[in-house]
Amino acid sequence: MRRAGLCAAALVVAVALTAGAAPAAAQVELSGVWQPRYHEDFPERIPGPELRDYLGLPINDAARQFAESWDPSRITLPEEQCRVHVAPYILRGPTNLRVWVEKDPKTQDVIAIKMYSSTYEQTRTIWMDGRPHPGPNAPHTWMGFSTGRWDGDMLIVDTTHLKQGWIRRNGIPMSDQAAYTEYIVLNGDMLSHISVVVDPVFLAEPLVKSEEFIRSPRDLPAQTWLWVCEAVQEIATQTEGDVPAYLPGEHPFKGEFETKHHVPEFAIRGGPETMYPDFQARLREWAAKNPRPAPAPEKK
Amino acid sequence: MGGKEPAASPGAGEEVMRTRFNPRVLRIAAVAAAVAIGAGGAVVSRAAAQQNQNFDAVEMDVQRVSGNVYMVVGAGGNTTVFTGPEGVMVVDTQFAPLSDKLLAAIRKLSDQPIRWVVNTHMHGDHIGGNEAVAKAGRTRAGGNVVGDIGQAATATARIIAHENALNRLVKANPPLPSAALPTDTFFTERRDMLFNGEAIQMFHEPAAHTDGDILVHFRHADVVATGDLFTTVMYPFIDEANGGTIDGYIKALNNIIAITVPSNVNEGGTMVIPGHGRLSDEQDVIEYRDMVTIVRDRIREYVKRGMTLDQVKAKKPTLDFDRRYGTDEGFWTTSMFIEVIYKQMLAANPPAKTTKPAAARKGSK
Repeated sequence: MRRAGLCAAALVVAVALTAGAAPAAAQVELSGVWQPRYHEDFPERIPGPELRDYLGLPINDAARQFAESWDPSRITLPEEQCRVHVAPYILRGPTNLRVWVEKDPKTQDVIAIKMYSSTYEQTRTIWMDGRPHPGPNAPHTWMGFSTGRWDGDMLIVDTTHLKQGWIRRNGIPMSDQAAYTEYIVLNGDMLSHISVVVDPVFLAEPLVKSEEFIRSPRDLPAQTWLWVCEAVQEIATQTEGDVPAYLPGEHPFKGEFETKHHVPEFAIRGGPETMYPDFQARLREWAAKNPRPAPAPEKK
Repeated sequence: MGGKEPAASPGAGEEVMRTRFNPRVLRIAAVAAAVAIGAGGAVVSRAAAQQNQNFDAVEMDVQRVSGNVYMVVGAGGNTTVFTGPEGVMVVDTQFAPLSDKLLAAIRKLSDQPIRWVVNTHMHGDHIGGNEAVAKAGRTRAGGNVVGDIGQAATATARIIAHENALNRLVKANPPLPSAALPTDTFFTERRDMLFNGEAIQMFHEPAAHTDGDILVHFRHADVVATGDLFTTVMYPFIDEANGGTIDGYIKALNNIIAITVPSNVNEGGTMVIPGHGRLSDEQDVIEYRDMVTIVRDRIREYVKRGMTLDQVKAKKPTLDFDRRYGTDEGFWTTSMFIEVIYKQMLAANPPAKTTKPAAARKGSK
């Protein structure tokens, strides 16, 4: 309970900080073109995560085994080359975001807020008209089914009916049972996006993330918004039905990440404990007992 | 539901999540009870299974899929309904006690006569309503057929299935009423028909869930009804007693993927009506195919290394998928899923007398 409380407290603080400078209007105008800032969690977002780095993610044993078995060659399969990042992950990528509002022409009531991501040409519809979420037999999509509501100047979005996707794209999965809640606030020309993923299949505790976007004063070139994918046979020897995977516990790059960054195995395994401040003390204790080896002298 | 217990001690947040998960667990239990009706060589323990289920509260949830193709979810296997000016085709008929509700749902979609019933396989949760649904319909027949046997030839809809399904159903004990049997059978790889202007293809998938499974592809509407060759709620039920095999099941999943065509972002396009669970598309089948193949490949490799069944179970080859598909209760547990794969892999891949160190990276082939 203490950790769940900490997590919730962190979220409240984060939302309060980002909402502090919001204008007083009842419904903030989010329309426009938004470009992401990548400074937060940059190594994970732009170069891409390193294999077997699960540090700071509140994953469970199921997610860990899934990731430890995940062979990146999976995405060479023609049927998997064009798979899209799900809504909870897509905003972390190099995406441009276009936001606009759809209104009832007769009443000018807001029906929906639309979000178009240049990555994978994905359009989200955030229904603002009070409609319910679909039932359990409706299909799941990459963007899911979203409904929104205003809490003061903060837009809160609830999304369900997501397809299976990634928590981190080095094999940590998010299941199609996940629920996704977003808190969106505007501070001048900066849009802050804070989200919580609850996944009963792969997460032991909720995952809280945040991103920032800056308003672009002008639209971007047309091609910036396109993403075209045509699957091809990338590996000639691959046969239909192949699913590349490692055996659990036999990841061929085991040891690489922890050696390169000098972090212990118990840290890179992730889990709820690795995302709380008191975990730093454990790391310091380990580092004191395990000093980084001196680099090998260069050969002349 | 012990099947959802995590391997490690949960934190407080995990406790909350497990509570949230309960509806899905309950749903799996319902499906398990439903499919159990068809399980086993005796084919139809229908009465026993039906006694354990209360169908009063079951409501038919109708999802429009594409064109005039609908998915009707009640209890038991999902039903596909295809309507048009020539009449109605019904793929799978759920449980017998639900026939009135199923027929009422169909009648809301079309007032045309039911011409065809198709059974994707022989399990009781997919054929239970055969008799009532067929009797609510009529067959178009003429010429010598009507002349020889009179009005009876047209009094009911015809029931299609693969021949292997009928061959097993006629051995049911207690026997099924003849009016419930799928007597319009085929034994070839494929059966084609044009109905309501729609090209409909039925593909036999041998030795998969059973030995008499068929996929039903509505080509123009672009919908595939898979029967239990794909579900979204449980591990594949490999009904060995009725000819099912894990390799055949994976082959069937790959054949579904071969039929389906998604958009350029791997979504939508051909829609897939699973035997149980929610409406799907190719990407959902891919995730499921990957899961089944990975589990099969792991167990196959462990068998090649000479491991016993207990040793394989100790390796937890399904750990990553158990919270999504597994259960420790009901007719088809995670343990049984592992056991049937182990047994079939052992038969196909007897361990070598001298084992070489295995490569870390394993593909499926």
